[in-house]
Amino acid sequence: MRSSSNALAAPVSVRMVRIPRFRHWRAALLLLPLLLVLMLFSLVPTLWVLINSVKVDGLWSAGHFVEILGSPFYRQAFGNSLWISVWSSFTGLLIALVSAASLKRVDGSLRDMTVAFTNMASNLSGVPLAFAFIIIMGANGAVTLLLREWGVLGDFSLYSRAGLTLIYTYFQIPLAVLLLYPAFDALDDDWQDSAALLGASRLQYWRLIALPVVMPAVLGTFILLFANAMGAYASAYALMTSNYNLVTIRISSLVAGEIFLEPNLAAALSALLIALLVIMVAVNQLLLNRSYHAR
Amino acid sequence: MRAKYYHRCVVAGLIALLSIPVLATLLYSFSRHWGATVLPDGLTLDWYVTLWQDPRFLTAFGHSLLISVATLLFSTLIIVPAAFVVFYYFPKLDHWMGILILVQFAVPPVVSSVGLLQIYADGPLPLIGTPWVLIGCYFTIALPFMYRALANGLQGLNVRDLMDAAHLLGASTFSAFLRVILPNIRKGLMASLFLSFSFLLGEFVFANMLVGNRYETLSVYLYSMRSTSGHFTSAVVMSYFMFTLGVTWIATRLSR
Repeated sequence: MRSSSNALAAPVSVRMVRIPRFRHWRAALLLLPLLLVLMLFSLVPTLWVLINSVKVDGLWSAGHFVEILGSPFYRQAFGNSLWISVWSSFTGLLIALVSAASLKRVDGSLRDMTVAFTNMASNLSGVPLAFAFIIIMGANGAVTLLLREWGVLGDFSLYSRAGLTLIYTYFQIPLAVLLLYPAFDALDDDWQDSAALLGASRLQYWRLIALPVVMPAVLGTFILLFANAMGAYASAYALMTSNYNLVTIRISSLVAGEIFLEPNLAAALSALLIALLVIMVAVNQLLLNRSYHAR
Repeated sequence: MRAKYYHRCVVAGLIALLSIPVLATLLYSFSRHWGATVLPDGLTLDWYVTLWQDPRFLTAFGHSLLISVATLLFSTLIIVPAAFVVFYYFPKLDHWMGILILVQFAVPPVVSSVGLLQIYADGPLPLIGTPWVLIGCYFTIALPFMYRALANGLQGLNVRDLMDAAHLLGASTFSAFLRVILPNIRKGLMASLFLSFSFLLGEFVFANMLVGNRYETLSVYLYSMRSTSGHFTSAVVMSYFMFTLGVTWIATRLSR
């Protein structure tokens, strides 16, 4: 590759003039394997899903979408997925917000240790996480038995929407803390003093100064948590196999279940899920552009 | 002073909250029997002894290790040159790489499995049920982390000036890349490799939907053990957890 030694002769002019792309065609070849593997295992399968979602028995049709939207069963799947995702993201975010604010105020060594610990906790997810919860809070779990003996359990069951939300919240917390705490570095300590000097209360400081500054990070984190929860499958599947009605569980049982394989219906459900995630990301971008940092 | 106490309490609360399931599972895996009492009846190592003598577990663990390491070698060979080419020759492509990576986040594994199952079930590439399909899919999981880490490293370097200097001293582009650029991005690369490794080792969705027990991996093994003793499964969970813990510990040490 001699082109860049030519560039040395006249570095300024080379940088100003746009180098024609074809001069680097040999270097561009190195990008091909990446694109090829990505096409084979991600882009083409996604394209297959999008195309086949609008096909019924080989003909173009929106029939599957009509079927999904008209079916109380599939509407319930979306309802459950949304409910669990929103609540687990919201709760996880709230806990992470309070923790991240405090994390900025403790000594360096304690902070490093906590971050390392949080990192570790984020490894407990999917099937192992569901099993850990079954062990402690399942029908015969030690905590369940203990709480039942003390009579404080009520009608809580791990194998329900509340139970799933609990598990989801657990895997959202470490993620949210790790994503959020760097954002709090943007807060200048002097601002709080200045605000106090001007007569602002602690609450006013948070509402009017600190929160608007960290808002883009908070929104971005929420979107990521939400998308993560909407697409999650392993924990719910490990907990209840296909017996709980979530979008991802429905999709998998339509392509890998034992009876009634309907890949095109699965594709339509998938397309709706992708659309939902894309809308969330787009709204997030829109809000980001209008927020504090963009100004 | 009161504020400091409050912040410490919050952080301690966070640690306690996150450690409850881990500690309970750990204790459960060491206990002989644990009923409706605060503490278990007796401690034992039997569950671990049984587990680590189970050939099916060892095979599944071996499969997971093999697939994860193979994926990371394969990914390194493909992604490192590509990231270098993007930053050295086509810096504007970085933006498009960012969009390609975003696609990986908008399409959950369950969704791409729907397409993968149809495309590779038979036809010219019958990959379903073989470890090869997992290596391809795991590449798409590792790509965002590895590319981001490499891009951060390359952004911090002045790639063009470093390469020009190396050329001036008579190095070819290849040897300049190998001896100048690579040592500078090695740290970020290693950290992202270990991070990806800890995800891939326990991956369940692709492994279960595309391959299942035809090439059983760790998480599929764990799932199939769900009806056995909770003490035994918690020994599986803790063995897996401790292993990834070691790996992430190395990753954080390397990224310092």
